[in-house]
Amino acid sequence: MPDLSLALPLAASELTLTIGALVLLVLGAFLGEKSARLVSILSVALLVAGAAVAATGPLGVAFDGAFVADPLAVYGKVAIYLLSAVAVILGGGWIQRNRIAKFEYPILIVLAAVGMSMMASSGDLISMYVGIELHSLALYVLAAYHRDDLKASEAGLKYFVLGALSSGLLLYGASLVYGFTGSMRFEDIAAVAADGEANVGLIFGLVFLICGLAFKVSAAPFHMWTPDVYEGAPTPVVALFATAPKMAAMVLIGRVLSEGFGGIHDQWSQVLILICLISFAVGAIGGIAQKDVQRLLAYSSIANIGYALLGIAAGTEQGLQAMLMFMTLYVIDQIGFFAILLSLSKSGRPIRRIADLAGLKTDRPLTAVAITILSLSVLGMPPFSGFWGKYYVFGAAAEAGYWQVAAVGLVASVVAAFYYLRIIKLMWFDAPLDAVKTDKAPVESQWIGWASAAFAFPLVIVGLTWLEPLTKIAASGFGAG
Amino acid sequence: MPHILTIVTFLPLLGAAVIFGARLLAKSDEASAGTARWVAMLTTLATLAVSVLLVIQFDPANPTYQFVENFAWFAGAGYHMGVDGISILFVLLTAFLMPICILASWKSIETRVVEYMIAFLVLETLVIGVFCALDLFLFYIFFEGTLVPMFLIIGIWGGANRIYASYKFFLYTLLGSVLMLLAMLWMANEAGTTSIPALKEYAFSAQAQPLLWLAFFASFAVKMPMWPVHTWLPDAHVQAPTAGSVILAGILLKLGGYGFILFNVPMFPLASQQFAPLVFALSVIAIVYTSLVAFRQTDIKKLIAYSSVAHMGFVTMGIFSGNALGIQGAVFQMLSHGLISGALFLCVGVVYDRMHTREIAAYGGLTSRMPWYAAIFLMFTMANVGLPGTSGFIGEILTMTAVYEASTWAALVAASGVIFSAVYALTLYRNVMFGEITNPALLTITDIDKRELAIFVPLIVGTIWLGVQPGLVLDYTAASVDAVVTTYRAAIGG
Repeated sequence: MPDLSLALPLAASELTLTIGALVLLVLGAFLGEKSARLVSILSVALLVAGAAVAATGPLGVAFDGAFVADPLAVYGKVAIYLLSAVAVILGGGWIQRNRIAKFEYPILIVLAAVGMSMMASSGDLISMYVGIELHSLALYVLAAYHRDDLKASEAGLKYFVLGALSSGLLLYGASLVYGFTGSMRFEDIAAVAADGEANVGLIFGLVFLICGLAFKVSAAPFHMWTPDVYEGAPTPVVALFATAPKMAAMVLIGRVLSEGFGGIHDQWSQVLILICLISFAVGAIGGIAQKDVQRLLAYSSIANIGYALLGIAAGTEQGLQAMLMFMTLYVIDQIGFFAILLSLSKSGRPIRRIADLAGLKTDRPLTAVAITILSLSVLGMPPFSGFWGKYYVFGAAAEAGYWQVAAVGLVASVVAAFYYLRIIKLMWFDAPLDAVKTDKAPVESQWIGWASAAFAFPLVIVGLTWLEPLTKIAASGFGAG
Repeated sequence: MPHILTIVTFLPLLGAAVIFGARLLAKSDEASAGTARWVAMLTTLATLAVSVLLVIQFDPANPTYQFVENFAWFAGAGYHMGVDGISILFVLLTAFLMPICILASWKSIETRVVEYMIAFLVLETLVIGVFCALDLFLFYIFFEGTLVPMFLIIGIWGGANRIYASYKFFLYTLLGSVLMLLAMLWMANEAGTTSIPALKEYAFSAQAQPLLWLAFFASFAVKMPMWPVHTWLPDAHVQAPTAGSVILAGILLKLGGYGFILFNVPMFPLASQQFAPLVFALSVIAIVYTSLVAFRQTDIKKLIAYSSVAHMGFVTMGIFSGNALGIQGAVFQMLSHGLISGALFLCVGVVYDRMHTREIAAYGGLTSRMPWYAAIFLMFTMANVGLPGTSGFIGEILTMTAVYEASTWAALVAASGVIFSAVYALTLYRNVMFGEITNPALLTITDIDKRELAIFVPLIVGTIWLGVQPGLVLDYTAASVDAVVTTYRAAIGG
């Protein structure tokens, strides 16, 4: 029986959130639908408190190695909680406007955040799977949250069916890994796979494991669900999908592969690089013909996940650090994009077609500037934040000797530049499609959008100076031999 | 003045911020347009003043970088600025052309004046930054950053086909420069430093040099532009507003040549020697082919754009001739071309503002209506052809002499380009200026006014002054060019 007095403080943030979520659920059940706003505010407070607890909590290993609280996990958790809090704030106004205000929305996000932080903290295959399922179940419901909407239901169903399939792949892989190593714990697996000689069965399991995880981060060729879910699910939910779960899954992938399979880096790096290459291509080319903004962002995220995975594929400490830098800068851009989308509507209908952005400059100059900055940042133009993310990733990949892959990634980013330029072109070069002005923007999403644009430039110049040491600490100690 | 390079680089940005602030305070774009014009004008003039101060304080005898500022930044990069005898002249050229551009846009830009002026000032900061940067990644940030304002300038204030041109401009140059980024990452990793002066000392292995050279070449050749990756230039020029063309031809093209001198020749001398025949071949093709293409153009701006490609051919040949004369000539040719091609585009702008067409066929017989204009146009046409006494002659004769030393054949073929340039330039002049006025709209056209004269006077003075007294430039560049050539010669063992 492990000593609970030592174990519980390590998981304090998860416990806080779980208990808090249950209390809020009761609160909501008693106060009824009117409590939606109150529950939202409390959820945000809860998530911020969770981030504070996680950041200040002790480090160590608990529950017989199943739960790890190391700098990497803490970094991931703080990011996950804060991103979830932003998603709650963004969703608050949206569900009010669409008259589907229910108090479950923030609570589901809190529960998803618990699952995601489990993923970031998992030290063995079981806690990994539990974390994935815990957050996935909450996300399936959130995807279909707008239940009267046909597309939202479709998105929820698709996400659920394909998510279940990927969980199956993951479990199959995990059972093979367990069968050939005799342990669930990453540490023990690492001990078996340390000699660089891998058993065929273990490699088989590893590949399945990677496939299952690649699905969660929507890396090609496991990306099929992404465009549909991004298009169908409610925008604030997509803002969550695009950020926190990706962050959690990337931390998890980084941990499993560098820690558990660090010894056979040669084996998994090939698989990962193949995934990177396909993701670059799908993301860059798939986005060109898109008409819907959120579908476009889905393809953009596929390409960007490829860049993040390239950092992991490098297999070095710098690679992992680069991945964390990249993901942090990228999710801030993404939050900004979705916040701005939420702040734009015409006659009460949200702007969804890319063509509707035409002439936005005349109507909403500051928002147009913000979208321009964010687009250029995701495109990777210096000195915007996205450039620095890519700079770190390509630097790490180059250092690890993956020149060709980095070159392909850079060329793909030029192809992808086309569709970011199209957004800029529509806003600045073209005249508005009609005389209808955009509605008054909701305050919170507009400011979140502007703030992330301000972070992308010029705040990033300052931001990087403290982000760099943080990610360095988080990534320290990881790195395949 | 401490931090003078930081001041000269970021002063325009400050002006842009002031314009932005004024716009936020004003009620509408129209209300702040006048402020924007004046602030932009004063800022660019102040930048010119500071850069003149910079040139005065500069010691031409010293081949090392001067006014150096060096602070550690993050991610291994540094904020490292400095100028040598070559880059300081480009800083001056940029600061010199910018007020002219603002003045040229005074009346011709009537919509979105605020954004236009901000874009130009941001562009000025970025371009001066490129010429001052002494850190790999700082260089890359400025170099790549220039794409965005130029993209907006072409796309918003350009002609009918501006969207196509702006995309082509952006994607072409971006593709070139991402390969350079990759090479930079490799170099930083290999040499363990991102400082350009330190990298010039570092000897890259003979195996690595060709690939690195090609990566940088891809970026700068597109920027130059060299044949066969020049096709974005005519499109971009034709669609860009007049001042945009001036900046494009006058300054942005020079980033390519400057890059060759900064990176390719001193850092990869073995590869430079190895690839010199390739560069010569491409340059000679550019000179002959684009001159012939220029001859067949019906659009005045396109003709001048092709002529720019041909003139840049001399620059690339001079740089890779591997002797001091060639690099001196290349730098001179770039500066002189910055003045001449800028002036030619401004000349086109003068008639375009009046007639709103650039078709050669729409003009003819302008001498009778616009004698002053005809005289100015003639002067710059001749300078473009390389008439002795103008700066165009010095640049061509220096590069040709240097190339003759390196490759007689290349010089021989390139010399024919001088004749071709006379053919297309004089044909253009005849068609536009001489003959009877056939287009009735031309009967009421007016000669240039005082504002336009104020634009041309500094350019005329500059062109003639450099043509008569080339030592002004050559004295500044001599020490730095010698340093480049000495390293190059030592590395190739010649």
